[in-house]
Amino acid sequence: MSYMKEFTKGLIKENPNMVMLLGMCPTLAVTTMAVNGLGMGLSTTFVLVCSNIVISLLKKVIPSTVRLPCYIVVIAGFVTFVSLMLQAFIPVLYSSLGMFLSLITVNCIILGRAEMFASKNKVLPSALDGLGMGLGFTLTLVIVGSLREIFGAGQWFGITIMPEVIEPMTLFILPAGGFFVLGVVIAVVNRIMKKKPREISCQNCPNAQSCFSGEGCKVNKENGGNA
Amino acid sequence: MEKDKLIIEPSPHIKSGATTQKIMLMVIIALCPALVASVVIFGLRALIMTVLCCTCCVLFEWLSRKIMKRENTISDLSAIVTGMLLSFNLPVTLPFYMAVIGCFVAIVIVKQFFGGIGQNFANPAITARIVLMLSFTSYMTSWAEPFYYNSPGEIITTSTPLAGGEASLMDMFLGNTGGCLGETCALALIIGGVFLIVTKIISPATPLCFIGTVFVLALAGSGDITQATAAILSGGVMLGAFFMATDYATTPLTLPGKIIFGIGCGLITMLIRSFGTMPEGVSYSILLMNILTPIIDRFTVPKAFGEAKKRRARDDK
Repeated sequence: MSYMKEFTKGLIKENPNMVMLLGMCPTLAVTTMAVNGLGMGLSTTFVLVCSNIVISLLKKVIPSTVRLPCYIVVIAGFVTFVSLMLQAFIPVLYSSLGMFLSLITVNCIILGRAEMFASKNKVLPSALDGLGMGLGFTLTLVIVGSLREIFGAGQWFGITIMPEVIEPMTLFILPAGGFFVLGVVIAVVNRIMKKKPREISCQNCPNAQSCFSGEGCKVNKENGGNA
Repeated sequence: MEKDKLIIEPSPHIKSGATTQKIMLMVIIALCPALVASVVIFGLRALIMTVLCCTCCVLFEWLSRKIMKRENTISDLSAIVTGMLLSFNLPVTLPFYMAVIGCFVAIVIVKQFFGGIGQNFANPAITARIVLMLSFTSYMTSWAEPFYYNSPGEIITTSTPLAGGEASLMDMFLGNTGGCLGETCALALIIGGVFLIVTKIISPATPLCFIGTVFVLALAGSGDITQATAAILSGGVMLGAFFMATDYATTPLTLPGKIIFGIGCGLITMLIRSFGTMPEGVSYSILLMNILTPIIDRFTVPKAFGEAKKRRARDDK
């Protein structure tokens, strides 16, 4: 049961992109088309699962003072493997992802999971954690990529779905559109995930003494309890 | 006991009676000459476009405030000003649904996402224009010939004076050139701008510095006074300087700040015109300076009355 939890937490609840805001660079850069997002997401998932397994296996061997270089070496090894495989079997995807494929090495999701999870847990939970996080990452990339492709090019996975009459908005393909779509997706996910904002009572409020509003705090409610 | 009778309120105690609604009404009045000019030059479609933009802006403002469960602010007329300014920044031949997208961007994304009037960091109309420009470049750069509605058949397109079109100085001054709805007639815009300055709605600092910088740089670049005058009469300089670069929420508060803002706008405009790939840079220059506004404000904080000059540490010894 707990293994299942390790897997599912990465999908939405601790989604690396939409909740933890890691790995923003590939999320913005390669999501001009849904298929690029899918390719990038699956490549990263593969690297993430493999590196989590290996690092979890080696956690007793690696001295903690030099752990980061060791993690990077393991990750870079798998990235090289993935990029060579893609170059050999899916050259179209390889050329459209470009250098972002090699940059998976320094993707902070992978290093983050190695540091936070794989180096402290057994092999099976680490693999499931990597798989869940990777699929969560893939999910975000496909969502962002789909929205940008549909609005920006009128297509989805290369198939034209918008009627000819409606001119696609080129802005969504441009970097500015990437920021915009990602921001909206994060906002929507946060809105769905979050329960009602925590209300701060006047007793704990630092401004209670200088505040004369008798009935609760208006400021805190408006700012979602973060004031 | 006595507390209810005593009126306690923070300063200021002397008020001018100016409200957002009154100020926005003045801006609308100031935009009317340009509206009349655009209808004369580009025909009835210009009027329909303006009315459509105003209606959509008010509608989006009302809807978004309603959905966000906030106090409704459509009565302050700011959405109408945004709608008018946006429509003045569009070519007359633009399909109407694109104008509606522009209104959505201006009101919902630029204004309401950041908290409504006074909270937006960028000018809504300018940002909407840039979004439309990047999205529908070919539609946003096909300019109808002035008075095209008199000639039968297809709409004839022409190029703006900035993109190599031929126009005399008088034509530019009166607006007899290709261009966006409200930007061609410099005369109507100057009338509106002077009206705003006389009624003290806007400070003359920003428009003068903006137009002055463009003029000086064009003069320095070409050495020809005719070309320098053409530089300030063409494109969106007049519209931008009087109506966009003087927006209260997105421009600096102090006089030195306004001067820096105006000069910056002029500089960026001329840099884009001379070295950029686009023929016009007014909207980008204002957007970039909007982003710099908080920094300008921080460096131009006025000295409080009676505040002593800060001494250096070694003077105290």
